Amino acid sequence: MKKNNSRRSFLKNLSVATFSTLALAGCDMRAIDEFLTKNFRVLSKKEKEDLIHKLKISYRKKYGKEFQISDKPATGGELFGYALDLSRCIGCRRCVYACVEENNQSRDPQVQWIQVLQMEKVRGIDFAHANVYYNPEKVPEEGHFYIPIACQQCENPPCVKVCPVKATWKAPDGIVVIDYNWCIGCRYCMAACPYGARHFNWAEPGIPEEKLNTDTHYLGNRPRIKGVVEKCTFCIQRVRENLYPVCVEICPVGARKFGNLLDEESEVRYIIENKRVLVLKEELNTQPKFFYFFGV
Amino acid sequence: MNATSYSLIKVIMMAGFVVFFTRCTGDNASTEQTNPEWIQNEFMPDSNNIKHQDIAVKPPPFSEGIFPCSECHAEMVPNPHRRKLEYMHVKIDSMFDHDSKNRWCLDCHDLNNRDSLRLASGKLIGFNESQKLCGQCHGDKYRDWKVGVHGKRTGYWKGPKEYLLCVHCHNPHSPKFKPLAPMPPPVRQEDIH
Repeated sequence: MKKNNSRRSFLKNLSVATFSTLALAGCDMRAIDEFLTKNFRVLSKKEKEDLIHKLKISYRKKYGKEFQISDKPATGGELFGYALDLSRCIGCRRCVYACVEENNQSRDPQVQWIQVLQMEKVRGIDFAHANVYYNPEKVPEEGHFYIPIACQQCENPPCVKVCPVKATWKAPDGIVVIDYNWCIGCRYCMAACPYGARHFNWAEPGIPEEKLNTDTHYLGNRPRIKGVVEKCTFCIQRVRENLYPVCVEICPVGARKFGNLLDEESEVRYIIENKRVLVLKEELNTQPKFFYFFGV
Repeated sequence: MNATSYSLIKVIMMAGFVVFFTRCTGDNASTEQTNPEWIQNEFMPDSNNIKHQDIAVKPPPFSEGIFPCSECHAEMVPNPHRRKLEYMHVKIDSMFDHDSKNRWCLDCHDLNNRDSLRLASGKLIGFNESQKLCGQCHGDKYRDWKVGVHGKRTGYWKGPKEYLLCVHCHNPHSPKFKPLAPMPPPVRQEDIH
């Protein structure tokens, strides 16, 4: 390409530099450093280590706690999938609150990655008549069934397509992740997601100190800041360590199944091959890796 | 020409790296560690889905002080006739709801060896393999349970798992899963200030 050394481009660059200097003049060194950090995906191993080291220091300052922040990448042999048995879910919301605790979701204002929809059996899956606010003494209620919905980890994720800054992407193991440091809070992804799975931090997340989970992943449950979007990551901090997501662990009816779609012997593969399976809003071609099935 | 040979070298180097990397992680995956605290399970069904893994099960959930049954039953004369139960088993009698019209204690418990369960074939089995007893009637559930679809597995999706037995979730005397109190609903948008 021909080099453009015109006066016009010199002036353009000069003005950008001036504005940047003015904008950054009011910040301290740490903030400037943070501002100039590159996108997580293009960082070298050394740069990632530095970034995480700095992040740990800032968390120590902010929360008075030592955090473990993993940046463990996908191994390459996995494509994660999830299956949920609609014939067994009773809508008890244990998963919602286990998820909140594991993934450091804000308690006030309330952020919950899992929403449990109550639907009427006579209507079938009908989002227009679904209710998330049901609160009877005991569940399940007669004539109703329940659909917990979180991020569907689409193979063809619309949220990733619309992000103007590439702050969210699909990892090689199929998990759609967000770099909270890179997110500009435009919320295009929330508008694009047909499942309402993305949540915005309208205010500084409020989490009681003793409730903080300090075992975190950079792209997962590390504490977020005001103005960024977050969502389910299949508990990336757990599943990349070969553990089940916490919602699988807590579910009292065993409706939640998780595994590697590339492993022919995994539970999810058995379910897809042998049970009646559906994905939500199939017609949108988002290709979810979250499958709902009927175990009976 | 120069540029193409350079990019060719780059591609070859990257491919080499990918091969190296996948080999490394493959080796890691095969050296799984088992947690010694878990009870080694020697009575798991022979499902092809779980052959390479150690699977542990919690002991069956007995009411406190009730096992071994022979502690009381050893001194009693076995009575094979259906009747209303007394003393220790009043509660079981009142809750019993498991095809109660057609079945009673001795369809699952053995008349002469109270510390064992009894299959329809007459074969005695321990309380720690009660799933075989349940599977006699609930074959479809037993089939799904063996592959991890019915029931619950916890622990590692790749590595040692913990299995629950049928009786951890279903009281064998009244197996229908009992309703639970739900956790609080989310805050309504109009209630956020």
